[in-house]
Amino acid sequence: MSTAKHIPNITPAAMADPRDVGGPRQPLLRAQNLLKHFPLKRKGLDFRGPKPVVRAVDGVSFDIKKGETLGVVGESGCGKSTTARLLMQLTLQDKGELIFDGQTVGSSSLPLREFRRQTQMVFQDSYSSLNPRMTIEDSVAFGPTVHGVTQRAALARAHDLLARVGLDPARFAGRYPHELSGGQRQRVNIARALALEPRLVILDEAVSALDKSVEAQVLNLLEDLKRDFGLTYLFISHDLHVVRYVSDRVLVMYLGQVVEVGPADQVFDAPRHPYTRALLQSMPSTDPLQRTTEAPLSGDPPNPIDPPPGCRFHTRCAFAQPVCGQQVPQFVEPAPGHGVACLRWQPESGYEPMPDFPRPSPAPAKSLMPLNAAVASEMPDIFPEARRG
Amino acid sequence: MLAYLIRRAGYALPIMLGVSFLCFMLVHIAPGDPLVAILPADASIDLQKQMMKLYGFDRSLPEQFFHWLWRAMHGDLGTSIATSRPVTQEVMKAVGNTFMLAMMATLIGFFFGCLFGFVAGYFRNSWADRAASFMSVIGVSLPHYWLGMVMVIIFSSQLMWLPATGAGPDGSGNWKWDIEHIKYMILPAVTMSFIPMGIVARTVRALVADILSQEFVIGLRARGLSEFGVFKHVVKNCAPTALAVMGLQLGYLLGGSILIETVFSWPGTGFLLNQAIFQRDLPLLQGTILVLALFFVALNLLVDILQTVLDPRIERA
Amino acid sequence: MSAVLPPSAMPTPAPVAVVRSRSHGANVMRRLLRNPIAMTAAAVILLLVLVAIFAPWIMPADPFATSMFKRLKPIGTPGFPLGTDELGRDMLSRLMLGGRLSLFMGIAPVLMAFVIGSGIGILAGYAGGGINTVLMRCVDVLYAFPSVLLAIALSGALGAGITNALVSLTVVFVPQIARIAESVTTQVRRSDYVDAARASGASAFTIVHRHVLGNVIGPIFVYATSLISVSMILASGLSFLGLGVKPPQPEWGLMLNTLRTAIYSQPWIAALPGVLIFVTSVSFNMLADGLRTAMEVKQ
Repeated sequence: MSTAKHIPNITPAAMADPRDVGGPRQPLLRAQNLLKHFPLKRKGLDFRGPKPVVRAVDGVSFDIKKGETLGVVGESGCGKSTTARLLMQLTLQDKGELIFDGQTVGSSSLPLREFRRQTQMVFQDSYSSLNPRMTIEDSVAFGPTVHGVTQRAALARAHDLLARVGLDPARFAGRYPHELSGGQRQRVNIARALALEPRLVILDEAVSALDKSVEAQVLNLLEDLKRDFGLTYLFISHDLHVVRYVSDRVLVMYLGQVVEVGPADQVFDAPRHPYTRALLQSMPSTDPLQRTTEAPLSGDPPNPIDPPPGCRFHTRCAFAQPVCGQQVPQFVEPAPGHGVACLRWQPESGYEPMPDFPRPSPAPAKSLMPLNAAVASEMPDIFPEARRG
Repeated sequence: MLAYLIRRAGYALPIMLGVSFLCFMLVHIAPGDPLVAILPADASIDLQKQMMKLYGFDRSLPEQFFHWLWRAMHGDLGTSIATSRPVTQEVMKAVGNTFMLAMMATLIGFFFGCLFGFVAGYFRNSWADRAASFMSVIGVSLPHYWLGMVMVIIFSSQLMWLPATGAGPDGSGNWKWDIEHIKYMILPAVTMSFIPMGIVARTVRALVADILSQEFVIGLRARGLSEFGVFKHVVKNCAPTALAVMGLQLGYLLGGSILIETVFSWPGTGFLLNQAIFQRDLPLLQGTILVLALFFVALNLLVDILQTVLDPRIERA
Repeated sequence: MSAVLPPSAMPTPAPVAVVRSRSHGANVMRRLLRNPIAMTAAAVILLLVLVAIFAPWIMPADPFATSMFKRLKPIGTPGFPLGTDELGRDMLSRLMLGGRLSLFMGIAPVLMAFVIGSGIGILAGYAGGGINTVLMRCVDVLYAFPSVLLAIALSGALGAGITNALVSLTVVFVPQIARIAESVTTQVRRSDYVDAARASGASAFTIVHRHVLGNVIGPIFVYATSLISVSMILASGLSFLGLGVKPPQPEWGLMLNTLRTAIYSQPWIAALPGVLIFVTSVSFNMLADGLRTAMEVKQ
């Protein structure tokens, strides 16, 4: 998978959308310094000091460009899902702003209801995202009816969308969620998200719970829909292969903060942040000649309640220096379009660049040699039966 | 853990305050002038003055409440209109009698309830299960005061085995734990035991069936543990919830004994309540209800704490 | 707010003909109808309700006609198939007419508590936060009383009478229903489909109406039906104590009270009203159990 050159799929349709306000250079969605802390109950009776909080999202800023697919990766607990909910305004941020096509979300020029017509989300759990008591046509038609479309027209649109996602409306529209398979339900969720004709679709682990074959079908479907409707995607996943396949740009999160952003090929082939490097190295190899023997990332991620001082990653970083525990890294752009939050790339931070980490180093190449050739020629001892045929 | 206990106890305080306030308001929701409701028309001036002192009707409502509560916390619940004796004294005497009866009923109910529940849970969907389920439905659907009447008819009137009413051959005065006195307790206690029996049986059946269906039981049996050993495990897992239910039932019976006590003329708090209602003796009514309700809240608290201590799965945040 | 979406990228033909699956409610009814115990119970209840409604027309005798000569005649006396009570009135007629009040006092408070309690619980559950805390703490204070005690306390303070008894019983059941309602609503509120509905810009009212209610009413209703038998017993208990229905109105609980003196002379007659209360109560419980089982089946 890593050998194919990624072809950007920024579709012209996204640019020519009649609802476009800011022009092609304006990012579709800009998140500025989003902050969300969840307060916890105090343990015991200690009433001194501040209440403990989970710092789920701690100052996150990024842009989503029109027509692109922005992938978001990170470990569990890094704040990906919370960020998605903040972008959808399902949870309101404590601090920070969202700017959609140049207009601040929640302001008089773009009230929340208007914003919700243009941004939609597909959730991970396909079953719990659908009302078990509603037929799927009603579920899909619900959104438009909220915004004034008549029941009849909404149903017509629902049927059309169901057909487009590959479900024959005559057979499926009257069914209930429990009468569909996981892959079919996820298609319904996609249809529901599209019913309001959004410009931005957030896919929060949307394919993670599906079987691999179904996953492939759904990914292809998403690709087609993006082209046909001129959509922009935010694709959140923990599966690095899938993210690489679908994304134009990739954003890496760690413990509530953005650590690296850049074009997918650059980030995957030449990561700058030590965390990204370790993450990519931890992708298990499918090549028996290149087995991963040692885990590149050790330990559990530290607690989001009490993150380490300075750079949050320094406790697990192979290249950490004392200054990393004292200074909080700023987000810099060592190459145009490729940003990273690491003291190594920050000029005048006090970090001493060492020879083993002087430049962006590629992840070890993973080649997929034909298996039987490798077995037959290089490793005669392992499969003696195979040679005998 | 201590923190949890303290926090839990602290939570009970506003509830107790709310309960006290409700009891206090009983007098005020009665139709008509509260003073008229509390005193008979021909009450003496002294009595009227006492009432005014106790309730402070000329002051504002919050002041009245505080006044009344303050006195209650010092053990002074007013004076009964009918008997002119202090309410606290009457209530405490009656509480003892009711407690005995409720305790006995709960124990009987718990014992048989567990028995039926275990049998039903172990032998699911057999005739024993159906019989036990049937018994528990009966327990919950019976109007227990009617059952009391039927028991009186059968055991007292027809068979002449047990006395019908009262708490002792010489009235309610002196209770002794001898057969003469216990004879009077049997019918009311057994009648009252049907309710907890039904509920305990249902709960235990569900618990046992659930535990037996869990995989760790299969694991135990596969490793050769005797059936008795498995049984001990089941008991250990059921115990916290079953005991909690028993505690709650005890509290419920303490508060809800009025009907049985009326049928059997058992001199407990229920009987007192009955008196108070008929004689429109509101101080007595108020005092009795306050004591019973607070008992119930305290019992709930105790049960909660006990369950947390016994059941390691409950989070003690 | 514009009501029309911008020109669409897709054409919108008319809706196609669709095969609709059976709804959840229909499935529940189907399973319930196949449950023999529940259906027997339902039949018994129906019979009792019909007798109660048509009592004035099918009673054999006047339930209020007293007669000193005909006091406490045994069962099987010609003209009085179930005997007479302590004032000479025909038991059968009194039982039939008494069913009206007894059944009414069983169902009405639960119905009212269902409406009020669900309202409070759903509001608390959906709104969350401060509103939830305030509402549920108030509910907790009422819940802290044993139900019998609360019913008697309120009735005792308000005085005897049907309306007062109705009010007390409703107050007793509201907290119980509110608790269930709040618990279920909070669960539903957390689900992804409610989030999706919020994400489509619907108002809270619309979401509660179209998404929350359908998923929440079922469990609350099942719980409420199990309270009917409790309400009947409690109501007749109140009448037994003289706090509910006033004589000479026939009501099963009141009849048990006035017939107490007869347990030595005519025990079977004295026990009759209780038998009816028991039968009705068991039937409602069986029906409630059947309903619960019908709803529980995982689809």
